[in-house]
Amino acid sequence: MTVLVEILSWVLLTLGGISVLIGGIGALRMPDLYTRMHAASVTDSMGAMLVLGGIMLQAGWSLATIKLITILLFLLLTSPTSSNALASAALLAGTRPIAEAKQEPGEVQ
Amino acid sequence: MIVMFGIFLLTLLVITAIAIVRTSNLFVAVMLMGIASLLIAANFFILDAADVALTEAAVGAGISTVLFLSALALTSAQERSKSSRRLLSFTVVAVAALVLIYATFDKPRLGDPQAPAHTHVAPWYLENTPTYIDIPNVVTAVLGSFRGYDTLGEVFVVFTAGIGVLFLLGSGTAPGSLPRETRNEGLRHYLIPRVVGRLLIPFILLFGLYVQFHGEYGPGGGFQAGAIVTAAIILYALIEGERRALAALPQRWLLGLMAAGPLIYGAVGIAGIVLGGNFLDYSPLASDPVSGQHLGILLIEIGVGITVTGVLLSIFHAFAARGR
Amino acid sequence: MELLGLYHYWVFAILLMTGFYAVVAKLNLFKKLIGLSLFQAAVFLLYITMSKVDGGTAPIFSGAADAVFSNPLPQVLILTAIVVGISTTALGLGIVVRIKEEYGSIEEDEIQEIDRR
Repeated sequence: MTVLVEILSWVLLTLGGISVLIGGIGALRMPDLYTRMHAASVTDSMGAMLVLGGIMLQAGWSLATIKLITILLFLLLTSPTSSNALASAALLAGTRPIAEAKQEPGEVQ
Repeated sequence: MIVMFGIFLLTLLVITAIAIVRTSNLFVAVMLMGIASLLIAANFFILDAADVALTEAAVGAGISTVLFLSALALTSAQERSKSSRRLLSFTVVAVAALVLIYATFDKPRLGDPQAPAHTHVAPWYLENTPTYIDIPNVVTAVLGSFRGYDTLGEVFVVFTAGIGVLFLLGSGTAPGSLPRETRNEGLRHYLIPRVVGRLLIPFILLFGLYVQFHGEYGPGGGFQAGAIVTAAIILYALIEGERRALAALPQRWLLGLMAAGPLIYGAVGIAGIVLGGNFLDYSPLASDPVSGQHLGILLIEIGVGITVTGVLLSIFHAFAARGR
Repeated sequence: MELLGLYHYWVFAILLMTGFYAVVAKLNLFKKLIGLSLFQAAVFLLYITMSKVDGGTAPIFSGAADAVFSNPLPQVLILTAIVVGISTTALGLGIVVRIKEEYGSIEEDEIQEIDRR
């Protein structure tokens, strides 16, 4: 496997790890549920794509790559759906976003 | 080097376990239990146990979380009281942990090929599976054929748990207790989960069938397949509502599946006797012994898969019906 | 290097005792069931740790001539144990739901109080 592909795969894996770290820090530090979900979704999308892309480059053209593409498609389809379902459930349970509370009636920004 | 990754996962596991015990919100405890199951499944994979990792992920992180949440919906979600006899319990637990940790210094080194666990019968199984059974997955060969009697007992344990829960909670399909037809049942008025769910359910079922029938060639088998098929049908029940899920797979079919699984398993065993061998001897089932083993393992894995599906789905419907 | 293997066994001991503490010291029946689940998971971890062989792979023949395999026997045992564990947990959850319906609470001290009356 050429050096260029290997370096590219390691760059992708490192960037994926950094994305997951950013998502994790965001999920801890953000003020309320919706902003936390927004931060955690970085893990699902960018993190998954970069890490799986890096692993695909390591695997080369083989059956494992096709399986990884299928896994990536599955993740890209289900993670946003679960975030959506979580946000709908939170709204239904009555958790209001913080941004709503900060707008006093009668004040125009 | 991958063992370092395992160390990291184990540390996360300890932190999660302590958080599970310390939190007083039971919903949080159930979610953390799902995370702990997934961490354990990842660790199993690092320790070369592919079949066990698949089972732990499907059953522990998947079905177990659903069952805990269904039961939680029927009881209270907050742990009210404080612990009793805390100092005594903590002392006993700490002393026992220290004794266990002291005992671990005598254990064989992790991975030592000369450890007693690897030098007794295990090499015999690894050498003789190609001769007697000739399937690539040694775990399925041992589970299905060499130690088939244990798996028969396990299928009966699953069956007993199923009828136990049905006795306790009822099946929810007594006359007059079926859910009424309403316009917005399940998640039908939420567009995105409904569309994506309906898109995914056929593929999940297909994957369940793949895992069932490829248990001999790779990680898989009846238990994992049963859990995956159950997950697909639970997803359908969540999205479309319980009434439609019961219309799709009625309770009497589920009872039939529950009973048919151990029946198939026992029938294969008795067929061995009738055709001239011992109980659960698959060699006389086909023209030559190896094909007989293949046929026998295929049939009992089907029995295991439909038992697990029937039992887990019956338990889910029993919990769901109790809240009505 | 030996410390890495020992760490697995220490985590097993800590997990085992954490689950056991939840079963013994917590009064909520649901928490006891979760602690029991944790206890079982720790035992699974012990067995699978013991099945690992240096330089081995999963015990699936893949055509390589002389591959080293990890021990398949503990894996078979734990496969059975996981399924039996979820069965008993499901039965235990059914009992907890029935107790809640009959007594109105799943805290052990309240249940014993109602029983005493």
